[in-house]
Amino acid sequence: MWDYTEKVKEHFYNPRNTGPLEGANATGDVGSISCGDALRLMLKVDPVTEIIQDAHFQTFGCGSAIASSSALTEMVKGKTLDEAKQISNQDIADFLDGLPPEKMHCSVMGREALHAAIANYRGEEWSDDHEEGALVCKCFAVDSQMIEDTIRANKLSTVEEVTNYTKAGGGCSTCHEPIEEILTKVMAERGETFVPAGAKKAKPAVAEAAPAKLGTLARIRKIEEVIAAVRPTLLADRGDIELVDIEGKNILVNLVGACSGCQMEAATLAGIQTKMIEALGEFVRVVPAAKAQAHACASHAHGG
Amino acid sequence: MSTPTPIYLDNNATTACDPKVVEAMLPYFTEQFGNASSMHSFGNKVGVALKAARTKVQKLLGAEFDSEIVFTSCGTESDSTAILSALKAQPDRKEIITTVVEHPAVLSLCEQLEKEGYTIHRLKVDNKGRLNLDDYAKVLSDKVAVVSVMWANNETGTYFPVVEMAEMANAAGVLFHTDAVQAVGKIDINLAATKIDMLSVSGHKLHAPKGIGVLYVRRAVRFRPLLRGGHQERGRRAGTENAPSIIGLGVAAELAMEAMEHERTHVKALRDKLEAGILAVVPHAFVTGNPENRLPNTANIAFEYIEGEAILMLLNKQGIAASSGSACTSGSLEPSHVMRAMGIPYTAAHGTVRFSLSRYTTEEEIERVIAAVPPIVAQLRKLSPYWGENGPVADPAKAFDPAYA
Repeated sequence: MWDYTEKVKEHFYNPRNTGPLEGANATGDVGSISCGDALRLMLKVDPVTEIIQDAHFQTFGCGSAIASSSALTEMVKGKTLDEAKQISNQDIADFLDGLPPEKMHCSVMGREALHAAIANYRGEEWSDDHEEGALVCKCFAVDSQMIEDTIRANKLSTVEEVTNYTKAGGGCSTCHEPIEEILTKVMAERGETFVPAGAKKAKPAVAEAAPAKLGTLARIRKIEEVIAAVRPTLLADRGDIELVDIEGKNILVNLVGACSGCQMEAATLAGIQTKMIEALGEFVRVVPAAKAQAHACASHAHGG
Repeated sequence: MSTPTPIYLDNNATTACDPKVVEAMLPYFTEQFGNASSMHSFGNKVGVALKAARTKVQKLLGAEFDSEIVFTSCGTESDSTAILSALKAQPDRKEIITTVVEHPAVLSLCEQLEKEGYTIHRLKVDNKGRLNLDDYAKVLSDKVAVVSVMWANNETGTYFPVVEMAEMANAAGVLFHTDAVQAVGKIDINLAATKIDMLSVSGHKLHAPKGIGVLYVRRAVRFRPLLRGGHQERGRRAGTENAPSIIGLGVAAELAMEAMEHERTHVKALRDKLEAGILAVVPHAFVTGNPENRLPNTANIAFEYIEGEAILMLLNKQGIAASSGSACTSGSLEPSHVMRAMGIPYTAAHGTVRFSLSRYTTEEEIERVIAAVPPIVAQLRKLSPYWGENGPVADPAKAFDPAYA
């Protein structure tokens, strides 16, 4: 069973504004029966003020599709078309206190129906700009189509690059196998062969023998390099990270902005930690500075 | 609002452990904790109990020898062991025959083997989920290492003619495996009288605990273990025996044999009543699979123009547990591969609901479900853009034709 929030369940069990809307002057249809979800959004727009006076929906779909549709109708009422257009799929998900990553596409469908309805009102042509594939990365809700398109557009060739561009694979890392499969397929299209990162590293490692232990300064620089490398991904998500201190094996950082306290915080830190370990060639912990005090005590108790 | 008494109709997913099974298992966690391989009295009693359990499973399967029973950790392990063993034992044979509607335990493994260079023949089914045995005969050859075909489909309950197919494989000199996790315990099986070489069982599908499975391996069938190590299971499956679960499965096997007649008559009657009761009231709904030839406990009904997960959530609110072949319940985009293979249109495939009964299902429960389903379907159809006042909108594809998709 999906872990739906109370608000999702409430909007599913008691959907608002259902059925055809009398006097509707804007309609947005998205989805299809083959995809398993389809949504028709109907708006009654004041021709003078462009304020949405009423909104109704009809949805064929799962619990979260119906809840997202219901939420959307509530959110747009009283807004002007331009204001409504600012509503993102994340706003719809937030209105419902969140959606499981596998179900984020339901909120995307809501936003698309809204855009389609606005285009319909203004007599514009609307076409959706994305196709959806199977969900690959469950931590960041990235589907195969998105990964494929990004690899193709940017000529990516490693899992790490895919993570940097799409975030896919940056959390628990269990989806690296399917990402490698997509890389293999898309790289073959351009006549290249995918080489796994491990295979690439293995050869020089033999030549270098055991990597020399890093000096203190070199070690700090490496740590800073890793932080710098992950920042763009976090910034793209309206978050940020800063290095606070290094205490032996513990690297203390501050996650700020959207990242701090976000449910992905642990996954984000785990991803950064993996990169640190790779870069430094030693085991380290990446710990939020705020929790470091408690952490230090805990490791003390277990020490010895 | 008081929570209604739960009704569990998802027994093809998993079953409740029978209280008698639990009772039989308990001593083997505490006073009888010994390792059956040990040379002292702690282990000895466990060894005796394991032998008794093996005999009970042998009887349930109608196997000729108790040494043909290999305990594993689950149905999936049994399937993997069987298929990989056949490949290892016959390295010159690079082909496998299976069907498009197998469980992922077989299908995913075959997909992986395909990437590794094996040729997979996936037999197609018709709109009732039936195989064409002429197609099968055409691909049977001395290049085939193993045929793996399920006894009964988990979604529709439809049987495949595995006994006949095993005869054909045997005549062609090809090993035959069947994933029988849905069939064992529900129907009479007499392996000694068949040419089936290997058969998979899953304990938790027949009121034994999760984490225990069986692979039947006919005597003299060439076999290569998946796990090597100790001499457990006569060297065919290394690893210390899961004694409590094996003993539990033994009891479950015995209980299943006692309940077989009840399953064939009473459970089947309840299933038929459920289907007839729903279909009499709900328009645009139909049974999927082959109603003439299927498990006595399974009913799979497609409700057109609505989506399965939404149905399940509303059923769950009333305490009724079932499952669906819709894309949304699995997190994938495609509805169930079984429904697609049978050519069930998308208008219906997303709205399939499986009710699977057990020997604990009562008539009162079935009556409650018959009463609960029609209003739920009506409620969701009222929300659907594909549904008009009293039926599907005329030409749904035209009435609702978004730019999208």
